[in-house]
Amino acid sequence: MSVIILLIGASILVAGGFLVAFIWSVKHGQYEDDYTPGVRMLFDDQKASNHPTTSTKTKK
Amino acid sequence: MPKFAPVANPKQQSTESKTTCFHCGEVCNDHEFHLEDKYFCCFGCKTVYEILRDNDLCSYYDMQEHPGITQKNKVAANKYSVLDNQSVREKFIRFADGNQTHVVFYLPTMHCSSCIWLLEHMHQMNHAVLQSRVDFPKKEITLVFDESKISLGEVAAMLDSIGYEPLLSLQDIEKKPEKQLQKSRLIKIGISGFAFGNIMMMAFPEYLAGGAVEDVSLQILFRYLSLILALPVFFYCAGEFYTSSWKSIKNKFLNIDVPIALAIIFTFTRSLWAVFVEHEGGYFDSMTGIVFFMLVGRYFQDLTYKTISFDRDYKSYFPLSVALVNDGAEQQIPLSEIKEGDVIVVRNHELIPADALLILGKGNIDYSFVTGEADPVDKKIGELIYAGGKQVGAAIQLKVIKPVAQSYLTQLWNNINANHKEDERKDFVQTLGRYFALIVLVLSAIASIFWIVQGDMERAADAFITPMIVACPCALLLSATFTNGNAIRYFGNFGIYLKNANVIAAFNKITTIVFDKTGTLTQSNTTGTSYNGDVLSSEERICVATLAAQSNHPYSRAIANMLGKSTGAEISDFKEFPGKGISAKINGNELSLGAAEFVGVENKTVQHGITYVAINGKVKGHFNFANRYREGFDNMVNNLKGNYELYLLSGDNDSDRTYLSSYFGANKLYFNQTPHDKLAFIKQLQAQNKHVMMLGDGLNDAGALQQSDIGIAVSQNSNFTPASDVVMDVNQLSKLERLFKFAKASKLVITGSFVLSIIYNVIGLYFALQGMLAPVIAAILMPLSTITIVSFTTGMTTIAAKRLLKK
Repeated sequence: MSVIILLIGASILVAGGFLVAFIWSVKHGQYEDDYTPGVRMLFDDQKASNHPTTSTKTKK
Repeated sequence: MPKFAPVANPKQQSTESKTTCFHCGEVCNDHEFHLEDKYFCCFGCKTVYEILRDNDLCSYYDMQEHPGITQKNKVAANKYSVLDNQSVREKFIRFADGNQTHVVFYLPTMHCSSCIWLLEHMHQMNHAVLQSRVDFPKKEITLVFDESKISLGEVAAMLDSIGYEPLLSLQDIEKKPEKQLQKSRLIKIGISGFAFGNIMMMAFPEYLAGGAVEDVSLQILFRYLSLILALPVFFYCAGEFYTSSWKSIKNKFLNIDVPIALAIIFTFTRSLWAVFVEHEGGYFDSMTGIVFFMLVGRYFQDLTYKTISFDRDYKSYFPLSVALVNDGAEQQIPLSEIKEGDVIVVRNHELIPADALLILGKGNIDYSFVTGEADPVDKKIGELIYAGGKQVGAAIQLKVIKPVAQSYLTQLWNNINANHKEDERKDFVQTLGRYFALIVLVLSAIASIFWIVQGDMERAADAFITPMIVACPCALLLSATFTNGNAIRYFGNFGIYLKNANVIAAFNKITTIVFDKTGTLTQSNTTGTSYNGDVLSSEERICVATLAAQSNHPYSRAIANMLGKSTGAEISDFKEFPGKGISAKINGNELSLGAAEFVGVENKTVQHGITYVAINGKVKGHFNFANRYREGFDNMVNNLKGNYELYLLSGDNDSDRTYLSSYFGANKLYFNQTPHDKLAFIKQLQAQNKHVMMLGDGLNDAGALQQSDIGIAVSQNSNFTPASDVVMDVNQLSKLERLFKFAKASKLVITGSFVLSIIYNVIGLYFALQGMLAPVIAAILMPLSTITIVSFTTGMTTIAAKRLLKK
């Protein structure tokens, strides 16, 4: 039976990991705008070299 | 995500000689504005193209055809300089540290992926802009810029120069907390879902083995693990139910959260008792399940539309600033700083923000925003002009006689207290759900007294607590929550945005529908102008255009608009005959424009919306304005007529009376209605116990929309609407009837799932009241009832929506 206890512990750990990941993603605004990033990704980047100051970090 | 019709984009292909604007795709009336091989409809569009070309941003035009926004109605002014006023600036700036300044602007004209591309390449136009990010669903742009190189006002002006006018309204900036609420709710759903799933998994062996698991130590481990997992759900996730029900109890009122909170607390304490005293498995799975499903239901129900505001007041209609004349110099000051006696300048198409006297210039005030009246009113020096009008023509100077907050228009707004509306909308199901908890409490009290009399104390305790757990009113409440939430989502897919779920229930009570005319049933700008008859030479065109330009009648303006610029024609003997037509001598030709008998057309049936043109006594042809009324308007009215009482209230004059009376009936039409009249009319209908739905679009309907049981704001682009319960895309107006049907269907779904959950509850209560509810039955019944009800409601509303709203 002790193998079940081990398995339960492992499964809760794994599930807990996903829960933490979920909470992190909510807190960092991953669910706020579900449209623009998809469009943005398709833009050509030909001008990116002109502009080194752009950082992806957003401050609030 | 709500999708809106592009602001202005009639994609007409260049048939015949029609040229479309390279920038915005509108038809060019003449070929005056062109650059290389590209044509533009107006100077503004051409300017925008030049700016983009000079900054190497022409990829903007590669992604979509004609992505631009027409610049025809552009208001040129230095109105953004007010943003550099320190007190105003602070309200807009989100963050500033000397090197970087962060600001968020709302850009209602943003509508396609080209817009996103252009707005995210702002740094190419001005290197002081460090970064720009677009949130498309919210139509917001976050700009990071270097304030030592460019001021906030200049940033706003730069956006404006390429066609994205930031909407600056203090009301919209002041509210912000909603985002946090949705975030914490998502986290709560995550945690409770996690706990629910794991506890379910651990509860299974106990249920399946009928309470006797071989390995006792494992069983104990499961129990305590379940307890630990349930703790955050009980103390954190369910928190909003406790606070809300506590508030309602303090106000001596039972809201829907009271039975939920009771059920959660009862289930939790009963489970603690089971674990620590009886040494049995508890009902933690049920408890976490209740919390999880309730939170999910709430989440969907409260998923409001980010870009739509249902609670605008007069402030958001007014500009942020006004040009004050001080010792001959103009200065932009915030609206709230206007005092009595100040002299202000109002330019073409600017809103007059306060009641004021005209002291300089010629007033030509368009009150369509306030009254619905389409024709501008002439004002002479010394006359009083009420706030809310728009100046059309050259700039005027005004002397303010009342501060903004006390003007005629804002008074109207302040008089309405629409908060009473919510209480009257108690739904049958919600009321029952609320009292269901009480009924169960009474029942279980009776049962436990019965067992006390019988002398069986243990059963008495069980009979008191378990019914509360089993006969959980949540299933009842879930049915309404999920049905309405799903319904709101479907409405949203069809361009109909509901403020909250209560509106759906209110739909079924409506007996009377009141329409506004201008802007609601009619198109606000007459785009559907067409000419039939002999082909006009270019000189004749100029003549007709010149004549039409003399009059302010909507038809004349439409004709002038269609024919384009009139230059250099000599005009004399201009005469206007109200209700008939206009005539003048232009370049030596006698022209007349007007109704059939006025122009001299013989034996023609009088038709609405046709204006004839005659040159030197010869009838050349006629202009049609057939599309003034919205497409599908006649069908919609005829279909609704059978079931509902229809009225039409218009602030406009009664020129359309004969046409409309065939649809509404002569005694159901009211013209020349002031905003106050409209409000009073709705009140009077309600006094006769009628449930009124009002459809309107402008500020002039705002009072009536608030007063009516359901106020529907009809909007061209869903960005700017008066306070209302429903915001509806104009193109969906013809679907109004289906909306009613869908509302009926969703009521049926609620009733159906309600019956279903009653059956579950009766079975559960049957066992529980006898004090002999086996854990197995409870375990199967609870999740089963919840899951079947959730899937039943969502499935049924989906079917109903597919049948009724599609096509």
